Amino acid sequence: MTDLFSKFDALIAERKALLDTGVRDPFAIVMDKVTSPTEAVIQGRRTILLGTYNYMGMTFDPDVIAAGKKALDEYGSGTTGSRVLNGTYQGHKECEEALKEFYGTDHAMVFSTGYQANLGMISTIAGKGDYIILDADSHASIYDGCWLGNAEIVRFRHNSVEDLEKRLARLPADAGKLVVLEGVYSMLGDIAPLKEMVAVAKKYGAMVLVDEAHGMGFFGENGRGVFEEAGVADDVDFVVGTFSKSVGTVGGFCVSNHPKFDVLRLVCRPYVFTASLPPSVVATAATSIRKLMHAADKRAHLWKNSKRLHQGLRDLGFTLGTENAQSAIIAVMLPDMETTVRMWQALLELGLYVNMARPPATPAGTFLLRCSLCAEHSDDQVGEILGMFEQAGKAVGCIA
Amino acid sequence: MSERDEIFTKVAEQVEPFNKKGITLTDSTTFAGDLEWDSLTVMDFVAAIEDEFDILITMNMQAEIETVGQLVDAVAKLKA
Repeated sequence: MTDLFSKFDALIAERKALLDTGVRDPFAIVMDKVTSPTEAVIQGRRTILLGTYNYMGMTFDPDVIAAGKKALDEYGSGTTGSRVLNGTYQGHKECEEALKEFYGTDHAMVFSTGYQANLGMISTIAGKGDYIILDADSHASIYDGCWLGNAEIVRFRHNSVEDLEKRLARLPADAGKLVVLEGVYSMLGDIAPLKEMVAVAKKYGAMVLVDEAHGMGFFGENGRGVFEEAGVADDVDFVVGTFSKSVGTVGGFCVSNHPKFDVLRLVCRPYVFTASLPPSVVATAATSIRKLMHAADKRAHLWKNSKRLHQGLRDLGFTLGTENAQSAIIAVMLPDMETTVRMWQALLELGLYVNMARPPATPAGTFLLRCSLCAEHSDDQVGEILGMFEQAGKAVGCIA
Repeated sequence: MSERDEIFTKVAEQVEPFNKKGITLTDSTTFAGDLEWDSLTVMDFVAAIEDEFDILITMNMQAEIETVGQLVDAVAKLKA
């Protein structure tokens, strides 16, 4: 019998070799307690969280928690059903209403995760004979949406408007086309030149889908995302997003003004063939989304934190993924796996949690530590974070 | 020189910057096995080929192309 697991042997060996050097497993952290959006207890130590995507710090908001508890009491622990059968409660509709108001769109559809929202949208609207044109550094959920469907897939070089245009120009003029972009790319924290890209996509008659997973909450006047800040809302056909970042719970969505949008509820398999979100989750999401409409002060503090950490890390001598603070993600670039894991562990032992990222999740074979800031990080915490980076960086030898 | 030979020569020129081990190219040279390219190298190389011939090689097509000869045939077909 051929062991189907033999294909994983190289990965198992690499992981064993790494752990045998005595480092902790960066992919097996357990949060024993979570005391706030910015702090947890890991192996008995108070730890500042700098790798959670909890950008707006809504996870412990008293109104959000109260709404979840009320829904749990009134509607029970789960729906045990698909959105199209017994799984649509009043709370799911209220959550979609909150999204429509937040985005100012005619339609909103809530999926069970952000991953499924991309999977469902992309695989359903681009069919056989259509073309999907995507950025080479797209998130796994976008690639998986391509594989699930039957469209032809064309890639362009990351964030290159010229490369996108060249490829669009080579496609049959009358073919259906979907250009898939992300507002913020989550590995380096860089943003897409959406104004130019959306203009090029429209010039060639393509529909445009923008994933705002890492932009919702704090880009643009209403916090809708990078597309709002770029002033291209009228030319973006579909915005996909998630509840698991700024919104502070779990779930995904797509909003649109397409007049036939609601037909997707019948034909989109990752929407139909899975259970809907529990009532408590949609209640927390709806409450959080409504509060995010009026969160200008939090937004301002988040941007202040991001700019201060970016400048501070640069001043310490770290190499960062972007020239300036473009989003709430700051990537600290490191030369190899060993240095990255040592640095990650040194920070953890000092009481700071960041994400470790490595190929193939990262672009161009890079190793990095990804920091994501929260609007609830205090000025004192950002100071502490910089102090820990200095201490760990010197101990590991990444900075002088 | 036949049209296929011309395409082969142009493809070989595009392989060169990525041919770290100096492998001699034939129709049966494989990208993953002989040239030992990872997915990132493939991405850069495909973009270079697309621009050289002013064509598109979709990811669906790329999945079927394993050797230099298969790529030359695919380019010939796409140019036709």
